[in-house]
Amino acid sequence: MTVLTFSLLVCASSLIAGLVGALTGLGGGVVLVPLLTLFFKVDIRYAIGASLVSVIATSSGAAAAYVKEGFSNIRIGMFLEIATTLGALLGANLAARASTHAIAIVFGVALLFSAYFTRRPRSQAEREVPQDRVATRLHLNGSFPDVDGVRSYNVQHVPAGWSLMFVAGALSGLLGIGSGAMKVLAMDQAMKIPFKVSTTTSNFMIGVTAAASAGVYLGRGYIDPGLAMPVMLGVLAGSLLGARILVRLQTKWLRLGFSLVIVLLAIEMLYNGLSGRI
Amino acid sequence: MRLEPKWTDEKIENVVANLLRAGVLLSALIVLIGACIYLVRHGHSPVDYRVFRGEPADLRGVRGITHDTISLRGRGIIQLGLLVLMATPVTRVAFSVFGFAKEGDRMYVVFTVIVFSILLYGLLGS
Repeated sequence: MTVLTFSLLVCASSLIAGLVGALTGLGGGVVLVPLLTLFFKVDIRYAIGASLVSVIATSSGAAAAYVKEGFSNIRIGMFLEIATTLGALLGANLAARASTHAIAIVFGVALLFSAYFTRRPRSQAEREVPQDRVATRLHLNGSFPDVDGVRSYNVQHVPAGWSLMFVAGALSGLLGIGSGAMKVLAMDQAMKIPFKVSTTTSNFMIGVTAAASAGVYLGRGYIDPGLAMPVMLGVLAGSLLGARILVRLQTKWLRLGFSLVIVLLAIEMLYNGLSGRI
Repeated sequence: MRLEPKWTDEKIENVVANLLRAGVLLSALIVLIGACIYLVRHGHSPVDYRVFRGEPADLRGVRGITHDTISLRGRGIIQLGLLVLMATPVTRVAFSVFGFAKEGDRMYVVFTVIVFSILLYGLLGS
C-alpha cells in the first residue's frame, strides 16, 4: 500500500470511529487501536501513540462546547486530574516495559468493560445525598443548570473516586485511550455526581490526562507523524460532525450496534494477545 | 471610579473554552499543512507500520521538531502540529492557575500547580 492510499483509508476509518464515538458518547479512541492493529496491521505501539494524540483533539474540541454550557465542574476536574495525570505517567512507563501481548490482552478487557458500560442503564433517579466532610472541605460540591432552574449537588466518597481516577489514568497512559467510561464510573457511581456533570467533566479531564502520557510517548518515538496525521484529522472531523447531528438522531440502535462491534474487537484483541500475534 | 473586571467562574470557563478551541484548530491547521507537503513528496512510497522501529531522534523532541519545521519537512511540520495539540491542555491548566489565583482560591492554585508540574514532567522529563 502506498502512503497516500494508507492515509486516505486510515483517515476515513478514523472519521467513522470519531463520528460513531461522538454519537454514542463512548469516544472513538477505544476502537481506534484495534482498528489500526487488526485491520491495518500497525504495530500496537504506533497505534497507541496515534490514538492518544487523537484523544487530546476530541476531548479538547468537545470540552470547549461543554464548559460553556456550565455542566462541567472545573474544581472536581482539577482535583481529580492530580490522580489521572499521575496514573497516566505510570501507565505510559508501564507501556514501555510490558510486552505487546500483555497490552493487547489488557486492551481486550478494557474494550469489554466499555461495551458493558454502554449497555448499562443510566441512573436517572434524583439523588439527595448529605454533605460529605472531605468534599466540602475541598469545595467539590457544585450546581448545574437543569430543566427547572439551577440544581445543586453534593459529592461523596472522595478517596474511592480519587483511587478509581488513578486507575483510569493508568489505563489511559497504557492503552492510549481516554478511559471516559471509567472516569464517568468513578464520578457517577462512586462519588455520586449527577450523570450530566460526570460525563462533561470526564470529557474535560480526558485531554489533560492524555497530554501527561503523550509527552512520554513522543520522547520514546511512539508517535509517528505519518500515522498520527490521518488518525487525528479523521477522528477530529468525525467527532465535530457527530456533535452537530447528535440532536437529530435516535442513538439507541447505534449504541447497541457499536457495543456489539466493541465486543467483537475485544475478542479479536484477546485472541491475538493470547496467541502472541500482537 | 473604574470598576475592576471581576474574574468569575463563568468568565474563566469562557476563556478556557476559547483557548481549547483555538489550540485544537491551530494544531489541525498545522497538521494539515504538514500533511500536504508529506503526501506530495512521499505519497507514492510504500508504507509499513508492522514492525516497530521508533521514530528518529529529530521527531522525538522540541528542538528536532523545530529544526525539521524550519527545513519545511512534512513529517516535522505534522509533529509540530501534534506538539501544539499536546500543549493545549497544558496551557489550559496554566491558565487555571491564574484563574484560581484571581478568585483567591489558594487551595486550588496549589492543586492546579501540582497538575501543571506533572504535565511538564511528562512533556519535558522524558
